[in-house]
Amino acid sequence: MSNPYIVLPVLFQLFVAVILMFAWNRKNLQKLISVVGSLIALLISLALLIKVNQEGIQTMQAGGWIAPFGITFVADTLSALLVVLTATSGLAVSVFSVGSVRNARIKFGYFPIFHLLIMGLSGAFLTGDIFNLYVWFEIIIISSFVLITIGGEKAQLEGAIKYVAMNLLASVVFLTAIAILYGLTGSLNMADLSLQVANVSNRGLVNVTAILFLVGFGIKSAVFPLYFWLPASYHTPPPAISAIFGGLLTKVGVYAMLRVFTLIFIPDDFLTTVITVMALLTILSGGFGALMQNNIRKVFSYLIICHIGFMLAGLGIYSTVAIAGAVFYLVHDIVVKTNLFLVSGVIFKFRGTYSMRLLGGFYKEQPLMSLFMAIPLFSLIGIPPLSGFWGKLLLIEGAMDQSNILMIVFILLGSFLTLFIIAKLWAEVFWKDAQELPKKKYIRYFDELKPLKKQAMLASVVFLSLISLGIGFGAEWVMQLALRIAENLMDPSPYIQAVLGS
Amino acid sequence: MEILLVIIIGLLYAAGIYMMLRRSLVKLIIGLILLGNGANLLIFLLGKIVKGEPPIIGSTEKMLGELYADPVPQALILTAIVISFGLQAFAIILIKRAYKVVKTDDLDEMNATDEDL
Repeated sequence: MSNPYIVLPVLFQLFVAVILMFAWNRKNLQKLISVVGSLIALLISLALLIKVNQEGIQTMQAGGWIAPFGITFVADTLSALLVVLTATSGLAVSVFSVGSVRNARIKFGYFPIFHLLIMGLSGAFLTGDIFNLYVWFEIIIISSFVLITIGGEKAQLEGAIKYVAMNLLASVVFLTAIAILYGLTGSLNMADLSLQVANVSNRGLVNVTAILFLVGFGIKSAVFPLYFWLPASYHTPPPAISAIFGGLLTKVGVYAMLRVFTLIFIPDDFLTTVITVMALLTILSGGFGALMQNNIRKVFSYLIICHIGFMLAGLGIYSTVAIAGAVFYLVHDIVVKTNLFLVSGVIFKFRGTYSMRLLGGFYKEQPLMSLFMAIPLFSLIGIPPLSGFWGKLLLIEGAMDQSNILMIVFILLGSFLTLFIIAKLWAEVFWKDAQELPKKKYIRYFDELKPLKKQAMLASVVFLSLISLGIGFGAEWVMQLALRIAENLMDPSPYIQAVLGS
Repeated sequence: MEILLVIIIGLLYAAGIYMMLRRSLVKLIIGLILLGNGANLLIFLLGKIVKGEPPIIGSTEKMLGELYADPVPQALILTAIVISFGLQAFAIILIKRAYKVVKTDDLDEMNATDEDL
């Protein structure tokens, strides 16, 4: 069964990017196209999710080549759900960009490249071919390279060098792993690989390949010994760009790990131990890193690392409940991390600084907005009934089943560290008395913006906060979805059957 | 032929990683290029090298003969070369811009991102 419309979320983003290039010098038109395009993309991806939910896994064989010879696109529930989340974050950031991105950046093609990035992300989630996944990864990184450097400030360029070097290295490692995998099996189709890898007699080489994949995806998703590029670069671009980076780019690495280590390489004891140790140290180093920082965007950067650890922990425990926890946490984290960087952008527009020491009095000045900002902050800690709580509950339940005490301790420690950091941030930024800050000339403060721009910035924060609330209060539904995704990941035979036929 | 390629690939990877570990930005890029070429050769090697048997179906035949070169690795390498070409071009322009703005080639002196506001 071949359904060409499953690549529609990808093609539509490309279409929007091309249209935007025709409106190169007309910034208001670009903003309008981008927002409307993102909205339609969200509707398309929602339609895809509903269809997958009703009719099961959808596949498309590019060019009509029968799998495993051609490139296959597969939309299972996990892929479709992540495409919806990508479109949601994309819409929020697109609306936020209307208010916050400077004209100079728009003139250098900010909006088209932003949509190409979203296209790459959607493609990476939908592909069922390992080399095609590599190509989507390259599309993602080349667009992100441009976005991180656009504007060319000193800190941006220095951050970009670290980001570019590590991501290129990750690509080479990933490509090496694909080369060895092709040499072992002669196939690139992920469903076919799942069958072939199980039959390879040289298990040592299979494990080496698995570790290469782990390193490649580990650099992309910023896990313990490979994360140093992230806190050095994510706080340098404008807030709209770091929002899309923080929300989605590391998560695509997590998705790739979830896919590869459940479908192609079934982890043995050695691999689960490696992943578990990496997860624990990621939680610890991210948490302690965030404690030390004063710049709120750096705090959030380290918190990304800390919370990637939770998702990796789910993979390390490797049971249906734990994987469901990781998937739930992934859903929650994409929305919340995007929102946190948008919040930091709004705060910057009001005060002209990211420094916790200098900030203060935000609650007194903007009580209603502060409440909406509290939602992502408290979701991150995992205060029930907000969205972060349910993912952690499933993870701890999964660890309990295997009486993995160390894992429970670290998950709780990570949550506790997050609580401490967010409490400190709340006290410093929102409750402390405001200080008189010298006005900086090159910043356009919030009061000087047009009403439409103000509303755009606040609306995107409110939108994502409401979605966070929705995930928290509609946890029953999301949890059922996550459990079904986890069951499909743990037992990939429906996936393989959908791709290869009977 | 295989042994020769194995040695070359090993050398390219080793040289690439060694260059990446240096502090100079230019050497970083050279290291990345060497690594990328090493990976391309690795794909070529692992696709099984066959001499003088192109994967072409003759006009009188319906399918490929007994022994033929696998065309997939060549397609993969071609894709990888094009992608790495674009990325390397970007990276070279980036270090040039960074050199103009920061006025140093030494990675140890690029610590504006670690500064406290």
